[in-house]
Amino acid sequence: MGSNEDSAQSVNGSSIKITDVTQDGDTLTFAITSQKSSSSAGVCVFRTYEDFEWLQQGLFSQEDVPGLQGVIFPPLPSKPLPSTSLSQAKALKQLGFLALGDEWMIYCKALELYLQQVAAHTTLSKSKALYSFLNSSESPGKQCGKKGILNRLSQAMEEMRKEGHKDVDEFFQSERDSSTNLSALFKLSTEKFLDVVLNKQRLALACGHFSTSLHLCVNQDNPTAVAFSKICLKLSDIIEAVKINYEKVSDNDISTLGLGLDLESRYQEAKREMLFRRTCKLVELETANRNSERAKPNKKAIMEGVQKATQKEFDIISSVAKQEIEHYHRDRVSLLRDFLICWCEKQLSTARESSALLSQHLDACKKFAV
Amino acid sequence: MMLLCRSASFSSPARCISNEDQEPEYDTGDLDSDDGEEIFTGTSNKPFVSTPPETDPSSDIFSEEGSYTVQKHTAPKTNGVQSDEELDLFAEATVELTLTAPNSRGRKEIIGPTEPLSTTVNTHGKLHVANTSNKPSEEVEEEESGDTFELNIAVTNPEKMGDGMNAYMTYKVSTQTTLPAFRSKTFSVRRRFSDFLGLYEKLSVKYNLMGCIIPPPPQKSVVGMTKVKVGKEDPSSAEFVEKRRAALERYLQRVVSHPALLQDSDVQEFLEREELPRAVNTQALSGSGFLKMINKASDAVNKMTIKMNESDNWFESKLQEVENEEQLLRRLHASVDSLVNHRKELCSNTAMFAKSVAMLGSSEENSALSRALSQLAEVEDKLEQLHQEQAFSDFFTLTELLADYLRLLGAVRGCFEQRMKAWQRWQEAQSTLQKKREAEAKLLWSNKPDKLQQAKEDITEWEAKVGQCERDFERISSTLRKEVHRFEKEKCRDFKHHIVKYLESLLRSQHRLVKCWEAFLPEAKAIV
Repeated sequence: MGSNEDSAQSVNGSSIKITDVTQDGDTLTFAITSQKSSSSAGVCVFRTYEDFEWLQQGLFSQEDVPGLQGVIFPPLPSKPLPSTSLSQAKALKQLGFLALGDEWMIYCKALELYLQQVAAHTTLSKSKALYSFLNSSESPGKQCGKKGILNRLSQAMEEMRKEGHKDVDEFFQSERDSSTNLSALFKLSTEKFLDVVLNKQRLALACGHFSTSLHLCVNQDNPTAVAFSKICLKLSDIIEAVKINYEKVSDNDISTLGLGLDLESRYQEAKREMLFRRTCKLVELETANRNSERAKPNKKAIMEGVQKATQKEFDIISSVAKQEIEHYHRDRVSLLRDFLICWCEKQLSTARESSALLSQHLDACKKFAV
Repeated sequence: MMLLCRSASFSSPARCISNEDQEPEYDTGDLDSDDGEEIFTGTSNKPFVSTPPETDPSSDIFSEEGSYTVQKHTAPKTNGVQSDEELDLFAEATVELTLTAPNSRGRKEIIGPTEPLSTTVNTHGKLHVANTSNKPSEEVEEEESGDTFELNIAVTNPEKMGDGMNAYMTYKVSTQTTLPAFRSKTFSVRRRFSDFLGLYEKLSVKYNLMGCIIPPPPQKSVVGMTKVKVGKEDPSSAEFVEKRRAALERYLQRVVSHPALLQDSDVQEFLEREELPRAVNTQALSGSGFLKMINKASDAVNKMTIKMNESDNWFESKLQEVENEEQLLRRLHASVDSLVNHRKELCSNTAMFAKSVAMLGSSEENSALSRALSQLAEVEDKLEQLHQEQAFSDFFTLTELLADYLRLLGAVRGCFEQRMKAWQRWQEAQSTLQKKREAEAKLLWSNKPDKLQQAKEDITEWEAKVGQCERDFERISSTLRKEVHRFEKEKCRDFKHHIVKYLESLLRSQHRLVKCWEAFLPEAKAIV
């Protein structure tokens, strides 16, 4: 573009919104609006999931960003599976909470958060890929993307053993340990919470069946039968209220704590991946050190060169990683806090509403003449 | 002692009893109205019918709301959940109780140490008895101020007796009453399940042919009882015992709310007598046995060669109504059952979530977040308890109510079938009489005087039988009609009562939920 690339106006992270989603067969198209931090003019683009993947790859493959491997990349949600073709169970397995909710709302929220997090990152927000993604009228995903240096494919078996490689730095060793532990726990909690929420949805459904059955109890033959019918209809209304309450409660669960736990789980994973990359670099460094020591005199200079370069890379990565971890700790706590407060407030308000409604029903019932 | 009927706890005002309203079914000569004792004691084959056939039921004092009230009041905690509060078994007796003979001392006798599974449910069965003879109005006024008779029953304190496969549960049956028929005002006995079944058998033998709707007993359960016998101290056998205890209590409450049954000597003996002879032949009365009995009766009816000539359409259409309702209730019961299961599932899922959050809380390094997560785990624990209680409430309030009424409707159907059998017997008697008459006619022609005498005697005998059958049929028809009427009203009241109870438990749940969230919010906000 020109030497003024750096001054390409940075986007105002919090202005990024996914305002709409349309489904065409198996493809979802998201409408994304954003504003630059210096102006109030907004831009709206349309993107599919492939475009997001392109963006993520683009972020991974930025060149001349020192210590890129030490960055904790905001996690991109998994590919959405429009449930027309697949069963809900498969969607749940793949996406967890993001598969729930009406009309992909939760999924859109997760994507939105992803973009906001990328835009808020000091290094990543400057990426050209992000700029293209948010502003280019053409769909960037159509272009051939470069294969990133950082491949997010699942770790091959041989890589697994590197995971346990002892660290040289106490700070990082303890971070790695706690990460492994917490990551598993968060994943477990998210799964259990999902079970609870799905259960509540089943409960709501059962209430619906019961309520409908009660409606069939109408009999006008004599005054007592009429009275009995009225009683049954009253119960039907009550059960309907119970059902609606459960639906609201589970919606609250999904849109706040569910989303929050899902995000936290994925972010934990992203952190683990970063730490793993650093560990891999450490292994590489230690190999380079050994090679350098054992090198025959004619190769020694080259090996030492490699060793020095690797050492430098490792040090930069470590220092970037340290910063990232500090930010991570601060950000995740505040994110979880916001979600927990939101969840609690919504549930409180729903519980109060339900209380008031049931109270009204109770008064009406008591006055009911039999 | 004069006996008076009167409206009780419902807000309808007590009506002034005038002489014209008193039209008892039976001969007043049978009973000495000056001696109240006799009204209650002694077996009587005649049902105590509340409304004289001619009177429009709605104006009759007996059909007032208060007459056959059987109210069940639960303590704030639902059945099966240990209540922290020491509760008087009969705590929610209405004002009525204090108007009658002083009972406070008697009430305390009933209050024993409540065991975890003991009931906190009590009931009222009020008996309002007709003034059996015409009284001058000033005496009537006197009576109005005093005598309302009550009977409260509670079934509590299940205890396991014996060991191994010979073990059985006994239950304490406590009665609190002002009825003079009983020796004391408060008393209790221990009974086992087969005793209850035995009572039912005795009552059905006596009253089945009358058209009275006898409440069916709770179901036998081999599986449930075996677990208890084997001595497994797990929640499911505790639940089973509680379910049975509550069912036995409801059974007795329904029995005593029926005016005829309340006077029955077998019922009174059941409540009062220290030791009852072991009831045998109760195999037939298991749940499936009971239904088999009813269905056998309907099969017999269906095989009837003479189609019943229904002079009164009421019976035909009412039977259809009953059958429709049975189907409906069956569906409702299945719905509620599934609701209860989902809630129980929610309980265990919530518990697992709570545990996982607790682990998170203890591993989390940020101290405020850690504390918030621990608080969250506690909130979820409380929610689990709420779900559990709600499940019990669903179950005991709704599921069991529906199950009870399914059995009751079966009993109603049984009564209709008894009536049809009575009709059949009448028809058969008539046809036998006809045959005897034809035989006599033949003999007249063939001139055999000694056989003729026999034939005439036969005819007289069968004429009497026909008359008896006809009277029986008329009586069972009119009783059945009244019984159905009484039953329907009772059903309305029962359902309304239970729905109110259910709503109250829902509301309590919600209030506690609100408190949980209110307590958690500051914890969440405190995270930095």
